[in-house]
Amino acid sequence: MGTGRADEASAAPAWLEGKVVDSLADGGPVLWASGLVKRYGDRVALAGVDLEAGRGELVACIGPNGAGKTTLLTILAGIQEPDEGQLQSRAHGLGWVPQHPALYSKLSVAENLRLFARLERVGDVDAAVRRMLAQARLEDRAGEQTSRLSGGNRQRVNIAIGLVSEPEVLLLDEPTAALDPRQRERLWDFITALAEGGTTVIYATHNVSEAEHHADRVLVLADGERLFWGEPEELRRTVAADEPRDFETAFVAFLRQRGH
Amino acid sequence: MRWLLIKDLQILRRSPLLVAVLVLYPVVVAVLIGLALSRGPDRPPVAFVNEVPKQERLEIGGRRLDLVSARDRLYDRIDPVPAANREQAIESVRSGEALAAVIVPRDAVRKLESRFERPRLEVYVNEDDPLKARLVDDTITSLVTTANQRLSRAFTSVLLRYLDLLLRGGPVTVLGQQFDVLGLKNVERISLRAAAKLPAGAREREQLARVARFSQLAQQNLDLTDDVLAAVAQPITVERRTVNGARVPLTTFAAAMAVAFSLMFVTVMLAAGSLALERSENVFSRLVRGPVSRGALLTEKALLAIVCSLAVTLLMLLGLGIFIPLEWDRFGLWVVTLTVAATAFAAMGLTVGALARELSTASLLAFALLVPVAFLALIPSGVVSEAVYDFSRVLSALFPFRPTLDAMSSALYGNGALGAPLLHLAALAAAFGLAGRVALSRFG
Repeated sequence: MGTGRADEASAAPAWLEGKVVDSLADGGPVLWASGLVKRYGDRVALAGVDLEAGRGELVACIGPNGAGKTTLLTILAGIQEPDEGQLQSRAHGLGWVPQHPALYSKLSVAENLRLFARLERVGDVDAAVRRMLAQARLEDRAGEQTSRLSGGNRQRVNIAIGLVSEPEVLLLDEPTAALDPRQRERLWDFITALAEGGTTVIYATHNVSEAEHHADRVLVLADGERLFWGEPEELRRTVAADEPRDFETAFVAFLRQRGH
Repeated sequence: MRWLLIKDLQILRRSPLLVAVLVLYPVVVAVLIGLALSRGPDRPPVAFVNEVPKQERLEIGGRRLDLVSARDRLYDRIDPVPAANREQAIESVRSGEALAAVIVPRDAVRKLESRFERPRLEVYVNEDDPLKARLVDDTITSLVTTANQRLSRAFTSVLLRYLDLLLRGGPVTVLGQQFDVLGLKNVERISLRAAAKLPAGAREREQLARVARFSQLAQQNLDLTDDVLAAVAQPITVERRTVNGARVPLTTFAAAMAVAFSLMFVTVMLAAGSLALERSENVFSRLVRGPVSRGALLTEKALLAIVCSLAVTLLMLLGLGIFIPLEWDRFGLWVVTLTVAATAFAAMGLTVGALARELSTASLLAFALLVPVAFLALIPSGVVSEAVYDFSRVLSALFPFRPTLDAMSSALYGNGALGAPLLHLAALAAAFGLAGRVALSRFG
């Protein structure tokens, strides 16, 4: 555990308490989910989804609108409880980065980081804030109110808040949705560096090419069902055995083949 | 929770316009409500009972006064509530059907005709609501002033006749016996004539005796002039009696209302707004997934609203204390009452915030709710129909404003019991707290 890492108990999803069946073995996946089901009235948002992610792994969750991507991430983050299924984790801390920046616009960058570091019960708050400002390259904007930042910088603060407790697993919902290409590139450099440092990153995206370039494994969801789980290249091969296709075309063809 | 509270105070500090609106707006609205309500209805419902026997007629100075047209004029100014006798009239005030009962005692005509006694009009008022009491005061004062003016004209005519008699002399009937009054002019004439003719020690003693008797009668009449003048000035007096409650100055009631309204406005707006802000800033899911439970978040928002509204209303009371007399030895009761009331308002605000789920909607919903809640609670009895009044009472009981007003009236100047409204507020706090918690489950 690093100097700034949050207390494990405080960062774990609250609903997991008492629901973890077995501890995961060392060297195995950091996060493991089996048969997750979520219903909103008569509508089934998730229909028995399985997932696992190892240390330092980048997992992309893709699918059409309403596929259940955000629902899956909010369940993994502990914001919602599944109606059925099991979830096991041996991660020390779990960071959550929602699609829209979740920060206080009247507070400065540093004040936001400091507040969430305190709420996450980080040991050395000042050190954690300094580290995240450096990682997000926002040292010179530390005292600025976040309402005055650009969309890209707000998203960097948003991710920095998710990382302030040094979680072993980071969950991101559409992290690049509001960013221009240059900001997207910077963000992926940042996320890739995190994964190389051992942080497991699971993210949802509409941008299929991001999954191709920035994912070790891809989870394809449609109407709450898991249609595919594997490496991006494997998905392409599934569809385009006879002719070379780009990843996005292959993905659309895959969905069509499966009736979506 | 401590860090969230500090964060919210930091955000408030950086929103001076919001703070100014939260403090100034309720003060302005409270003053406007006070002014609007102090006008009251044009024709207040009053139970009128005339105990004077029907056969009695009022005659002053030989001139009969038309009592029927006087009653009609009275009924033009009030909305008469039927009452067969004194007991029914008082009961109608007690039940709230009438704002006041006016009773003309059975000896009123006799006293008026005697010219030396003043009849006393009995007025029964329900003092539970100082606004109503003020309204009745204004109406009765106006009615009595009009009646006194008419009677005053009749008495003035009698007085002029007495003065003429004293001046010129003539016949006058007192207790059935006729006297011939000499008059000051005759005295002058006789005295001058006697003086001119009088030799020393002659028979003029009889004339001098007449002068002496006139002098005596003149003195007696002048002695009576004080009473006659008093009767002329104010023939009818009013005896005011209270059916319920204690007499409360309107300014003190206005202070209680201003404090209650400000407390409601600041607490509800802050609780609703600060909770909805967490979702508008998209932070709610980030908070409740681990660092802060939903219950702790509600508690923190309630605490923020209570602390801020307590500070505002106590400062307001300190300011009001400069202009109106307040009982400072009851300060402890003020704080207890404000705290309990603020808790109920905070719970109500949290429910609004959790239902609205978005900052601007929460502010609009809270704003749209608060003003009608205040007006409903301030509708005086007798202004609307009994059914509408009862309905408004039931609706008011569902929100903390009316019990807060009752509790503040009691805490500020000991009008009515404090325990019942505080228990009412505690029950509302629990109910709204539960509703807020349920609403928050679908908040994220």
